[in-house]
Amino acid sequence: MKNLYIARSPMVAARQLGLEMVIMSATDSTLFTLNEVASLIWKSADGATPLWEIVKGKVCAEFDVDPEVALADAERLVSELADRGLLLLTNGPAKPSPAETERGL
Amino acid sequence: MTTALMQELNARALELGVPFSAHLDVTYRCNERCVHCYLDHDDHGEMTLLELKSLLDQLAEAGVFFLTLSGGEVLMRMDFFDILRYARELRFNVKIKTNAFMVREKEADLIRELGVQSVQISIYSHRPEIHDGITKLPGSLRRSVAAIRLLKSRGVNVTMANVLMRQNLHDYAGVRALAKELCVEVTTDPTITPKMDGDRGVLGFGIRDSQLNEIFHDSQFVGNVDEFCAQPATLDDAALDGLPCSAGHTYCYISPYGDVYPCVQFPLACGNVRKEKFLDIWRHSKRMNEVRSIRARDLPTCSTCAHLGSCTRCPGLAFMEGNMRGPSSLDCEKSFARTGIPSANMIARMASGNAIHDSAARPSSFSSLIQITTARS
Repeated sequence: MKNLYIARSPMVAARQLGLEMVIMSATDSTLFTLNEVASLIWKSADGATPLWEIVKGKVCAEFDVDPEVALADAERLVSELADRGLLLLTNGPAKPSPAETERGL
Repeated sequence: MTTALMQELNARALELGVPFSAHLDVTYRCNERCVHCYLDHDDHGEMTLLELKSLLDQLAEAGVFFLTLSGGEVLMRMDFFDILRYARELRFNVKIKTNAFMVREKEADLIRELGVQSVQISIYSHRPEIHDGITKLPGSLRRSVAAIRLLKSRGVNVTMANVLMRQNLHDYAGVRALAKELCVEVTTDPTITPKMDGDRGVLGFGIRDSQLNEIFHDSQFVGNVDEFCAQPATLDDAALDGLPCSAGHTYCYISPYGDVYPCVQFPLACGNVRKEKFLDIWRHSKRMNEVRSIRARDLPTCSTCAHLGSCTRCPGLAFMEGNMRGPSSLDCEKSFARTGIPSANMIARMASGNAIHDSAARPSSFSSLIQITTARS
């Protein structure tokens, strides 16, 4: 999983509301909310940063959590989000959308 | 969509002061000339693509999640797909309202590719002579239905919007059958809105009295008639402390000229995004805050009305009648048609004997006794 990259699916809508991220899939209109930690991973899912780096640089920097445990949790989360069509998982970096990258959406 | 979760999110947005939903008309120009339309279709200086992109940036920053792009006809703008693409890059949940006359293969592909949540298409009747007679555009039903098929074939969520009026009153069953055939949802609504400039002439196309009564007691139209037409519940503090609607609280409307209003049906200009930042208008406009401050118990007539807890009173329609704290007579008519119980507004008018007939209304039953003025506050 060292080279796991995550990118937000172009088919979803998302917005931060308070501490949570609200996400809706255009494919099946399913609505999701992500908690603070999951939102941080979502916002960092630019397709260009590997998951381990997101966990180390963002999650562990903001929350008091063991890096190995955090990475295992993050892998489970992104796998679930990918199963629901919200995240795209790749083994190499992808080009992010300029507008959303600028704003961390 | 999970209703309970949506309610929770709306409650949180309200608590945080976030405009969770916005309706943006990108143009008032239109290729149809619907007889009941409330808009002036001339272009008085629409926002440019650059201005719209800046506005979309601001709306995203403000927390808008649900974004309705409408008009006029959105595809009258040659740059509509640039606007849409940008909105989707900013991760808005986009709903498009269109007549779909100009949606062909290429447009349907783009709508799908850009991840639009849903497309709402106006269908007035299943009969071309009625639909095209309302839109004043020959061939419009055929083209709109063809567009629905194109969009559906690409997996886009489509909803038909069926506005009921005198011309198409008895066609809603046919429209529902058409929707079923096309595998799309349909919403039917008898609300006709006065023109943005206050002209109430179009209200003459609306259905009233016995016709409203008829459709409100038709299970095909309302589902459970007993529930829909139930007698109003006893007034309590929860109803009196309730908000009239989401207008100005978690929802707002922006015109193609940058004017910000509490709702598309509430023409109280609160500021212009060409002169001020959207968030400054949303947070600090005196008018927006006045709308926000109103609770049901502040409504002089409606707070005494038996229908308060179940009325569909629209503060925007009340505003267009002359007072945003006053009754919305069109909603009084609906409450009366549902239950047979006159509203406090109707009773007051009858008692004072100062009824003024709406030139657009037919003089029968209670609706002829409701005072409707053309004054704007």
